[in-house]
Amino acid sequence: MASSRRLITGLCATVVAMFGFGFALVPLYQVFCDITGFNGNTSNIVQAQTQGSDGVDYSRLVTVEFVTYISKGMQWQLTPQVEQMQVHPGQMIDMEFIATNLSREDQVGQAVPSVSPGQGANYFNKTECFCFNQQPLKAGDSASLPLRFFVATDLPQGIQTLTLSYTLYELPAPEQKAKGV
Amino acid sequence: MSTDAAINTGVSDDAHEHHDHKPSGFFARWVLTTNHKDIGSLYLLFSFAMFLTGGAMAMVIRAELFQPGLQLVEPNFFNQMTTVHGLIMVFGAVMPAFVGLANWMIPVMIGAPDMALPRMNNWSFWILPFAFSLMLMTLFMEGGGPNFGWTFYAPLSTKYSPDSTAVFVFAVHLMGISSIMGAINVIVTIVNLRAPGMTMMKLPLFVWTWLITAFLLIAVMPVLAGAVTMVLTDKYFGTSFFDAAGGGDPVMFQHIFWFFGHPEVYIMILPSFGIISAIIPTFSRKPLFGYASMVYATASIAGLSFLVWAHHMFTTGMPVAAELFFMYCTMLISVPTGVKVFNWVATMWRGSLTFEVPMLFAIAFIVLFTIGGFSGLMLAITPVDFQYHDTYFVVAHFHYVLVSGAIFSIMAASYYWLPKWTGYMYDDYLAKWHFWCSLISVNILFFPMHFLGLAGMPRRIPDYALQFANVNAVVSIGGFAFGLSQLIFLVVVIKCMRGKGERASAKPWEGAEGLEWEMPSPAPYHTHTTPPEIK
Ligand code: HEM
Ligand SMILES: [Cu+2]
Repeated sequence: MASSRRLITGLCATVVAMFGFGFALVPLYQVFCDITGFNGNTSNIVQAQTQGSDGVDYSRLVTVEFVTYISKGMQWQLTPQVEQMQVHPGQMIDMEFIATNLSREDQVGQAVPSVSPGQGANYFNKTECFCFNQQPLKAGDSASLPLRFFVATDLPQGIQTLTLSYTLYELPAPEQKAKGV
Repeated sequence: MSTDAAINTGVSDDAHEHHDHKPSGFFARWVLTTNHKDIGSLYLLFSFAMFLTGGAMAMVIRAELFQPGLQLVEPNFFNQMTTVHGLIMVFGAVMPAFVGLANWMIPVMIGAPDMALPRMNNWSFWILPFAFSLMLMTLFMEGGGPNFGWTFYAPLSTKYSPDSTAVFVFAVHLMGISSIMGAINVIVTIVNLRAPGMTMMKLPLFVWTWLITAFLLIAVMPVLAGAVTMVLTDKYFGTSFFDAAGGGDPVMFQHIFWFFGHPEVYIMILPSFGIISAIIPTFSRKPLFGYASMVYATASIAGLSFLVWAHHMFTTGMPVAAELFFMYCTMLISVPTGVKVFNWVATMWRGSLTFEVPMLFAIAFIVLFTIGGFSGLMLAITPVDFQYHDTYFVVAHFHYVLVSGAIFSIMAASYYWLPKWTGYMYDDYLAKWHFWCSLISVNILFFPMHFLGLAGMPRRIPDYALQFANVNAVVSIGGFAFGLSQLIFLVVVIKCMRGKGERASAKPWEGAEGLEWEMPSPAPYHTHTTPPEIK
C-alpha cells in the first residue's frame, strides 16, 4: 500500500497547507488593501507625484470632510476643528482634533482612519497623524491632536470630495493588558 | 492509518468463509465497528436525528413568526434558534447524510471490500455525536448558545458573543476534523480500491461527484477551522484579526468565511447531482445522457466555486471592478449547472418513465432546484442584490437549493436504496403520502418567502411590519405541514428497519444498473471480498 501512504501524506499536507492559507489570507488581505486602497485603507507612504513648481495644483479644489465615530460604550469626544475644508491638491494642511475623556477613568484611545471613496484612499497622504500613536487621557482631560496631510495631485478627476473618518476605540489600560496576556 | 488499510484488505482478501460475521453485542457491533455499511447506517441515522432536531428549532422560528410582535420567545433565544438551526442542518443533517451514503454505496459501487481506512472511519463518525452534544449543550449555558447566525460574522461572534462561544468553536473544530477524515477516506478508497477494470470513466456519477466533493472538503474545511480559531483568539486571547481597534478588519472575516462558505454550498449539492444521475436513468430505462459532460461539468463547478465567494458581500463596499468580477464568475457557474439539468431532462426524453417514489423525489428535485438556481442568478446581479441582500429572498433562494434540492435528493436516495440496505420494500402508500405532502408544503413554506423578501422583510429578525402578517401566517402553516410530513418518513424508515413490508429482491428496480444490484438484498455484511468482474 505504498501508493496509499503517499496519497494520504499528500492529502494531509494539503489540509495543513490550507489551514495555513486561511491565516495567510490575513497579511495578503492587508497588503492587497494597502496597495489598492480598497476598503478605505489610507496609505502611510508618501507617494512620489507630479507637481507644479511649489508642488501645488492651484487649478483644482477638493472638498475634504472629517467625521468621527466613538466606539460603543466609550465615553470620549473627538471633534475636528472644522467639519470640512477646500484644499488644493499638493497643499500641506495642518489641523487639529480635540479629544476629551468624559469618563471617570484614565483611558487609552486609538483612532483608526478610513477614507471614502475607497478609490481615493491612496491619494490621501497623512504625514503626521495622531492615529499613528495611542492616545492616553486622564479622566476628564482634553488634548488637541494634530493632523498634517495633503491630497496627491494625481487624484483622479472624478473625485471631488474625500471623507476622512476616524473611529475611536478604547485600548485596554497597560496593566490590564499585561494581566490579560 | 495506512497499516489499517493493509490489514483490512489483507483480511478480506484471505477471507474464505466470511458470510455474515457481525460482531456480537451492541458495543462491539456499533461503537467499535469498522464496517463501512454499519458506519454508513450510523451516519444516516445520526443525520436523521439531527434533521428532526434542527427541524424542531425551525418550528420554534415559524411559530414566533406566525404573527407580528413578540409572543413566544425572547429575541435572543430566537437568534439562537436561527443560528443553531442553520449549523445543525448544514453540519449535522446534510453533510453527514452524504457521508453516510458515501460509506454505504461507494465501496459497493466500485467493487471494494470496505473503505480504505476503516478505523479512521469509525473515529470520524463517533466524533460527531460528541461535537453536536457540545453544540446543543451551549443552549443551556448561562448567556445562551451561539446567537450570531450560522455565518458567525465578527464582531458579532467576537466582541458581542455569549460566553459559550469557546464551546461553539471547539464543536466546529470537531466537525471539521470529522469531515476532513471522511473526505480523505473517500479519496483514498476511490483512487486505490477500485476493482480491476473499474476505470475512472466507468465510475458511477455518485462516486465521481463524491470524489470531487471530497477534494472541496479538503481544500476548505481547514480554512473554516482557521476562521473559528481566529474568532477564538480574538475573543479570548487579545488578538485583533477582526478588531479594527487593534489594526484588524471585520470585513476580512467575511472574505475568509465565504472563501470556505461558497465551496461549502457546493459540497452540499454535488453529491445530490450524483444521486439524481443514478435515479433518473433507472426509472427512464435509458442510460444517462452525456456521462462525460456530467463529469466535466461537476469538475468545473467545483473549480469555479473558488472564484465567486464575494457574491455574498456585494454590499460591503467593494470597488466596482471586484463587484463585476464576482458577478460574472457567479453567472458563469450556471452554465455547467445548466448542462446538468439539460442532461437529466434529455435522459428522460422519450424514456419509458415510471413514477416510483425515488423518481418522484428526483423529478421534484430537478424542478425545484432549478427554481433555486434562478433566484441565485437574480441574487448574482450586483445592483439588484443591494435590494435583496439580507432579506427573505435570500432565505427563499437557499432553502430551494438546500431543502427541495439537497434534502429531496437525500430522500430520493433513501427510498432508492432502502430495499438494498434493509432487505424490505418501503411502504409505498405512506411513501407517496410523504412525497406529496412534502412537495406541496415545501412550496407553501418557501415560495411566498420570495415575495416577502422583495417587499423588504429582513431575515433573522423575530418581529416584522404589519403588512407582512398574512404571508407569514401562510408560510408558517406550510412550515408546520412540512415538519409533520417528515414524521411520515420516520414511520416508513422504522417499518423498513423492523422488516415490516414486502421482501426486496436483489434488483427491485427493473431499469437499475450498477454493482449494488448484483448482490442480494439486504446487502451482506461483507461484499466484494473477491473483486467483482467489471463488464
Ligand atoms: C446557479 C447557482 C447559484 C447562484 C448564481 C447563487 C447565488 C447566490 C448569491 C448571489 C447569494 C448571496 C445573496 C445575498 O446574501 O445577498 C447566495 C446565497 C446563498 N446560496 Fe446561492 N447560488 C447558487 C446556487 C446555490 C446552491 C446550489 C446552494 C446550496 C446547495 C446555494 C446556497 C446558498 C446559501 C446557503 C446562501 C445564503 C448564505 C447566507 O447568507 O446565509 N446556492 N447564492
Ligand atoms: Cu455563494
